[in-house]
Amino acid sequence: MTSPYADPAETDDLGLAVDPDAPVLEVEDLRVEFATDDGPVTAVDGLSFRLHPNETLGIVGESGSGKSVTSMAILGLLPSTARVSGSIRYRGQELVGLKERQLRPLRGNKIAMVFQDALASLNPVHRVGAQIAEAISVHRSDLTGADLDARVVELLDVVGIPDPAARARQYPHEYSGGMRQRAMIAMAIANEPDVLIADEPTTALDVTIQAQVLEVMERIRDRTESSVMIITHDLGVVAGVADRVMVMYAGRTCEVADVESTFYEPAHPYTQGLLGSLPRLDSRSSDRLARIVGNPPSLLALPPGCAFHPRCPHAEVPGRCSDERPELRDLPGGHRVACHRSEEIEWRPQEAEAEGAAVHDVEEVE
Amino acid sequence: MFFYVLRRLLISIPVVLIASFLLFWFVRETFDPTARLRTSRDPTVIQRETERLGLDKPIPVQYGKWLKEFVKGDWGTSNRTREPVTDMVRRALWNTVQLIFWGIVVSAFLAVAVGVFSAVRQYTIPDYVLTGLSYIAIAMPPFWFGLLAINLAAFKIPEWFDLDERPVDFVGLHSARKSGFNKDYLRHLVLPVMTLSVQIIGSWSRFQRAAMLDVLSADYIRTARAKGVPRGKVIFKHGVRNALIPLITVMAVDIGLLFGGLLVTEQIFSIAGMGKMFVDALLQGDIAVLEAWMIVVAIFVIVFNLLADLIYSVLDPRIRLS
Amino acid sequence: MTAVAAGSGTGAADLPAPPEAPPRSQWQLFRRRFLHHKLAVFGLIVIVILYVLVFGASFWVPNDPLEQDVLLGTQPPSGEHWFGTDQLGRDYFARVIYAGQISLKIGLAVAIISTVVGALAGAIAGFFGGLVDQILMRVTDLFLIVPAIAILAIALKKFGGTDIVIILVLAGLGWMSIARVVRGQVLSVKEKEFVEAARAIGASNGRIIFRHILPNCIGPIVVNATLAIAIAIVTESTLSFLGFGVQKPDTSWGNMLYDAKGNVRFDEHLLYFPGLFILITVLCVNFVGDGLRDAFDPQSRR
Repeated sequence: MTSPYADPAETDDLGLAVDPDAPVLEVEDLRVEFATDDGPVTAVDGLSFRLHPNETLGIVGESGSGKSVTSMAILGLLPSTARVSGSIRYRGQELVGLKERQLRPLRGNKIAMVFQDALASLNPVHRVGAQIAEAISVHRSDLTGADLDARVVELLDVVGIPDPAARARQYPHEYSGGMRQRAMIAMAIANEPDVLIADEPTTALDVTIQAQVLEVMERIRDRTESSVMIITHDLGVVAGVADRVMVMYAGRTCEVADVESTFYEPAHPYTQGLLGSLPRLDSRSSDRLARIVGNPPSLLALPPGCAFHPRCPHAEVPGRCSDERPELRDLPGGHRVACHRSEEIEWRPQEAEAEGAAVHDVEEVE
Repeated sequence: MFFYVLRRLLISIPVVLIASFLLFWFVRETFDPTARLRTSRDPTVIQRETERLGLDKPIPVQYGKWLKEFVKGDWGTSNRTREPVTDMVRRALWNTVQLIFWGIVVSAFLAVAVGVFSAVRQYTIPDYVLTGLSYIAIAMPPFWFGLLAINLAAFKIPEWFDLDERPVDFVGLHSARKSGFNKDYLRHLVLPVMTLSVQIIGSWSRFQRAAMLDVLSADYIRTARAKGVPRGKVIFKHGVRNALIPLITVMAVDIGLLFGGLLVTEQIFSIAGMGKMFVDALLQGDIAVLEAWMIVVAIFVIVFNLLADLIYSVLDPRIRLS
Repeated sequence: MTAVAAGSGTGAADLPAPPEAPPRSQWQLFRRRFLHHKLAVFGLIVIVILYVLVFGASFWVPNDPLEQDVLLGTQPPSGEHWFGTDQLGRDYFARVIYAGQISLKIGLAVAIISTVVGALAGAIAGFFGGLVDQILMRVTDLFLIVPAIAILAIALKKFGGTDIVIILVLAGLGWMSIARVVRGQVLSVKEKEFVEAARAIGASNGRIIFRHILPNCIGPIVVNATLAIAIAIVTESTLSFLGFGVQKPDTSWGNMLYDAKGNVRFDEHLLYFPGLFILITVLCVNFVGDGLRDAFDPQSRR
């Protein structure tokens, strides 16, 4: 498929406001509530973002930040206990409130998803090739028989699976972890979707395999010119592939910026904390990794004011951080942040280390 | 595959031998084959019979002798009917195989249907009704169900609806001088098969519902939905196929239960099968029949377990038989 | 940490843990979850009432179950005879209630004996492993091959049909399933740190089994003990129905059905009532078992 969008250069812009081309996906004031035994829980609270053509957006957050729930909401895959409100528009078409039957033509066709745990996400009793073929034949009746088989083999080849014809006849348990994830990707790109959502695509994999899978994803994106959402708890994953990064905390956005700004001028203390916890090649071996103090908050009992303030090294408590919820606001350069004090905080990577007293680092928390 | 089957059968031989030896011992301890001669006035009769049957020898020797003859096809004669046990078993086995076959077919079909339906419609009124019924089916003694079913289907319903003819029969598998697969057969089959299956349908459907719920919340179901696969296909192609796998294990374990159910079912419906043969033999101390019965049933159960293993390996590609 | 969305097709895996509940004891949590299970609470109440009424029968049942009135013969239920009368004109309600004494006694006794024996055997086999374990597993395997009811029938034929014998024979087979369950539990519990710790401070094997391992298997033990009551009652009734169980003049619900098996056409009330009591008892016991299972192991809940 060739992209309906002309030159990638003119489509990608950093700010949400400046937008020469219509976004592929627009999420506005998305709110997802779950009915639980202990009362309703707001997993996503007023989330808004846009995905532009041929853009890769990284969504970063700890577990409970609402990032996966958001991706499920887009495809309408949330359980029936979830209440979704707000708006999700794909090319101007409203998806919230659509019936399963109306969403189906979109799923796997225009919007496709790569899930985290490929072993669990592939059906153990069907051959990998058949599962990929199903993804195609559900949406296209014209491709059958040998043509369909050939297409499946081609897809497996594209994602870099050796001996694809033989591999197509194997079952998921006969694949290695990295190959399974590639097969998932092959399945997701089978219909050359506009939007590819990858939910923690590399989390379950070894570091070297992670790199390979990310490389495949990047290659695919360039080839099919689709827009990609990479959802992860790992800023390291995002650094390599994303154009823009959205950091989420407790169901809300705390920072949106292009990938350079995110890494070099993070404006939100949470982003800074996440960055501080990344191992760096240029750090001395004696440097300890910084940690974010404490655990992510329970969505049942969110702290008042800024949800991050109990863990924030810069919070004014008592003060506006504990009293007033910060709204997302513009900083120069298309950078947006939801923090009262971001202008007052200076980001110095090594400083975060001083906070290292407490227990959990981000990874453990996940 | 062939070698797997062969090896499994070879492995089960000692199990069958040990089981049959213990039961042989148990039966010999329980019954005295010379009991019917007690009334004889000649005191040497008992002793002569004891020697003739080798009852003065130790149990293992007796068992060895019996086993040798059993393998050669001489299963002894019934001390009740004087008929060779082989003939009795052959006749009884055919009736029982029919019952077991239909019992498994009906149980599996209904249990899967009910379980899948309940799981897909979880927490709806039909789900609650079916769940309630399966609780009752599990709690009901099967023999009571059989009697109630006769009472209802053969007498109450014709009475209420003023029918000239009973919709079902409840004696044997065929009317006198009839045979073959026809309406008469089905009329006879309905109640015994339901009696044999009711408890099993209840428990298998509960199990199938749980397995299906597990499967429905599995990641690969989400993947199928994310691909845009229609709901029906998600449920059957991706769901049921996976949910059947654990059921097979349960089915294999419950085969013994099904044989136990035969004792009651064949008694109630006067079907001359293995179950009735056992009860009659036990009531009358018919040792040769009891001994043969044990070993035949044990072999049957083992073969069914093997069959279940094979089905399992077909359903689940992760299992390799080797 | 990698389980962010893995374990769930719902997307709800992303939800945070519920807020820190005020600290509660295990027992309080257990009680709360059990009381939450309405059918189980209902079942427990019915069972308790049933046991009290049946064993207190002599204090409140107006008629004598043995008093015959041959001239009266079989009568359908009426105001005077709530469940009617049997062929000998005996009050069927009184007979059903008194028969319950045998059935319920057998159920409870079998459950207790097989649970104690089974839990001990399972704990020993699981804890020590080796030969003991091998023997337990092989012996219980044997009983999977031949229908239990057949073995029980032979045993009752051999030892007779008094209630004590029936209890011992049923328990003689019933302990095996509990032993297998407990063995499996013990195998997983014995690798836990607190067992290592107990061993490290020099606790004896007996102490470890009784103080550390068995209390941690209490869930499956109690659940299976409960279900054993139901299984024993049904098994006894089945054996009695076949003619191998309780022998006259003792009467259980199964016996009554044995006597009533000819009444499929006329006088069905003789058929209905004993079976109904078995059904209600077993149903309620199973409800309690379900409730206990959910209360011990909330994850198993559906």
